Amino acid sequence: MRIVVVGGGMAGTIFANNVARRLASELRAGKARITMLTASDKHVYQPGWLYVAMGRMTPDELEREQASLLDPAIALHVDPVRTFALADRHVVTASGRTHEYDLLVIATGSRPVPEEIPGLKEAAIHCYSAEDALHFYDRLADFTGGRILITVGLPHKCPMIPLEITFAMHDFLHDKGLSDKTEFYYTYPIGRAHSLENVARWASPEFERLGIRQETFFNLKEVDPANGLARSEEGAEVKFDLLVTVPPHRGQAVIEANKLGANGFIPTDRYSLRMVGEHADSVIVLGDTTNLPISKAGSTAHFEAEAAAENVAALVKTGRAVRQYDGKVFCFIEAGKDRATYAMFDYTHPPQPKAPNAAMHAFKMAYNKLYWASARGLL
Amino acid sequence: MAETTLVDARGSFCPGPLMELITTLKRAQVGDVLELLSSDAGSAKDVPEWVRKVGHVLERTERDPAGVWHLFVRKEK
Ligand SMILES: Cc1cc2nc3c(=O)[nH]c(=O)nc-3n(C[C@H](O)[C@H](O)[C@H](O)COP(=O)(O)OP(=O)(O)OC[C@H]3O[C@@H](n4cnc5c(N)ncnc54)[C@H](O)[C@@H]3O)c2cc1C
Repeated sequence: MRIVVVGGGMAGTIFANNVARRLASELRAGKARITMLTASDKHVYQPGWLYVAMGRMTPDELEREQASLLDPAIALHVDPVRTFALADRHVVTASGRTHEYDLLVIATGSRPVPEEIPGLKEAAIHCYSAEDALHFYDRLADFTGGRILITVGLPHKCPMIPLEITFAMHDFLHDKGLSDKTEFYYTYPIGRAHSLENVARWASPEFERLGIRQETFFNLKEVDPANGLARSEEGAEVKFDLLVTVPPHRGQAVIEANKLGANGFIPTDRYSLRMVGEHADSVIVLGDTTNLPISKAGSTAHFEAEAAAENVAALVKTGRAVRQYDGKVFCFIEAGKDRATYAMFDYTHPPQPKAPNAAMHAFKMAYNKLYWASARGLL
Repeated sequence: MAETTLVDARGSFCPGPLMELITTLKRAQVGDVLELLSSDAGSAKDVPEWVRKVGHVLERTERDPAGVWHLFVRKEK
């Protein structure tokens, strides 16, 4: 079986390494072949950008050579896909090479598009790239007081970032002695402080305790950068001195250009992770690229990749898939500079977050390093 | 031509049905109708509340025998 994996991020890398391990003898015997096509020779641990924005990590700590993470049996080409010819079972890359497959795995991720809301890109800071996270720290370090408005666009990757960035900034400015001069104004798109009801039930009183103002049902419509004013679809107008945003996202442009899914998200079966429609037998979709109504998170990508890898290996060996993805997601929630909690849930079980503590924060800091073992398939 | 788009948010705790609806509605055309599927009883309350606030129209709400809510929302602006 010729397996082509498009995208060398969290989902693609974990999937490819997991399959390579399971099919080691088939790969040696030439009965299976794994090719990875990706857009960068570097693999970036994106969750680290939150710490870059707070001046606690630097971007170089969050990068590894993609080749160093992959099982040697995987053929890696840093050559992004431009054309998906699903009917003919091949893809064409930027360099013009054609790769034929029996099974295609699409895991190209998602990207922030702040430019879709008028005025947002000019006015706001965010932490959705290394460069933006560095710029975030510049603005935060120079902040001398005033109102910090936090706005949340939809959809976005990492559902905990709105809370985490607010708690993190709170502690940062508290340590600088700026608490008295700073007003936090947290907004959220629906009628509570977080999408997960139990998380909102914990976060709202925590915000109150810290003096953080909350406005719910706030979906940003436009920003007037010159006057420091944000307007919501719901009719609210809020002044700000510093605008912090979780920008809305799209899938990659190449997905839209090839008409694989609206806004770059591919219709995907929630259990089998197969692309919905006529190409279901030859296309699997993983990670942020799916249109599934679950969190766009590294843990989602990880659990999906494991389920898919087990199925693909079983298909090669026995001709039958063996597992369904159950919607499992696990998210750490940093609740400040030195305490954290977590939310774990699936399609049928809501999360039951506990009170934040120092041990969970230490675990998250350790995971930030352990990630590399996880990407290699060792964890 | 206005279209009816299905937003299947069954089993979605995060982002959840209302956030799925807002996401899809934002990029839909004025006049489009979205049919939101939700297994969360809370949707029968928070979806109408948001739709009213923003000025879209909730055309109708049904609950099927499996207990799934179907909320039909028309984009007004
Ligand atoms: C600030 C921040 C904090 C986060 N914190 C957390 C957290 O605490 N916990 C958590 O679980 N998640 C977190 N996430 C989310 C997590 O990083 C993503 O959900 C995860 O990376 C998604 O994995 P993916 O494989 O779908 O996409 P990505 O990891 O983004 O990988 C996409 C890959 O596709 C490649 N690619 C793109 N275009 C092409 C093309 N045309 N052809 C071939 N390859 C292509 C790219 O080079 C890349 O290798 C965070 C994200 C951010 C930005």
